[in-house]
Amino acid sequence: MEIVKDQYVVKYDSENSTVVCSGSFRLTGPEYTDVAEILNAAADAKPEVLNLDLTGLEFLNSSGINTLSKFVIRLRKHKATQVNVKGNSEFAWQKKSLANFQKLLPGLVLEFD
Amino acid sequence: MTEIYGNYVERTYTSDASANSEFLVMNFSPTSIPLQHRWRNNGLSADFLADYLSTFFPGEDDESLNLRSEIKGGVSYIANELLENAMKFNYAPAKHSVSIGMELKEDMVVFYVSNSIDPVVIKPFQDLIQRMLTEDPNELYVEKLMENEDDEESSASGLGYLTMMNDWNAILAWKFEDLEEHSDAQKVTVMVQYSFS
Repeated sequence: MEIVKDQYVVKYDSENSTVVCSGSFRLTGPEYTDVAEILNAAADAKPEVLNLDLTGLEFLNSSGINTLSKFVIRLRKHKATQVNVKGNSEFAWQKKSLANFQKLLPGLVLEFD
Repeated sequence: MTEIYGNYVERTYTSDASANSEFLVMNFSPTSIPLQHRWRNNGLSADFLADYLSTFFPGEDDESLNLRSEIKGGVSYIANELLENAMKFNYAPAKHSVSIGMELKEDMVVFYVSNSIDPVVIKPFQDLIQRMLTEDPNELYVEKLMENEDDEESSASGLGYLTMMNDWNAILAWKFEDLEEHSDAQKVTVMVQYSFS
């Protein structure tokens, strides 16, 4: 499953349970519905290990934070065994905001490039 | 009537632009183009403000590069959130413009963003502001996320402000005042102080 737009890309590779988000997530609230659909599919597959690669996600707005947070909460509800989030320390927002995901899912592993 | 929430400091750059003051103001007149079609403008304006400001922080050593990257990221995030909010809540019948002003001080950037506001949303907005100013923003942030999780249609009210407070250590204050040209609506200005070290 994937969405490829000028501003952003979301890809879910079910074989290695990896979700990649890149580009700029500055959509209006309702526009995130399609993104959430892919994220929900990834969470609902209930893989043992789920990887979320954000190393190419340069910008996002608070509606984007909301969308990604809902994904993390859904993973917690599914009692996901291992969730690895890969960030990029070159993007200042990631250093500031990604740690919040660990508040929503305490076992979540956060690594920066 | 004017109402203040938080430690609102009046902007100085409009009436008395002293020689050592650096500021930039952008004004967006009301338009009939749907918000959806000009949404991208918010990000472009925010990135412009961030790029513009980053030139005031030269230097190629690691410390300078880190500071520049931090300021650029902070200004870009905060300005985009403020513009998205202002555009979303601007009350079209009042025919009032949206403006964003950014002033560079010694160790902080101060934003002032104004828009008109629909009379029916003033009270719930002021209640939310009161909570943001008196409660732990971290706890409120998680509470809002959980609320939004139960409500698929929710527009995540307050999350933008709470991320500015939690993640960027920004200090926020608001001023509500009457609009001369439209007696029902009010104008709201949010002041955001973003300090960097």
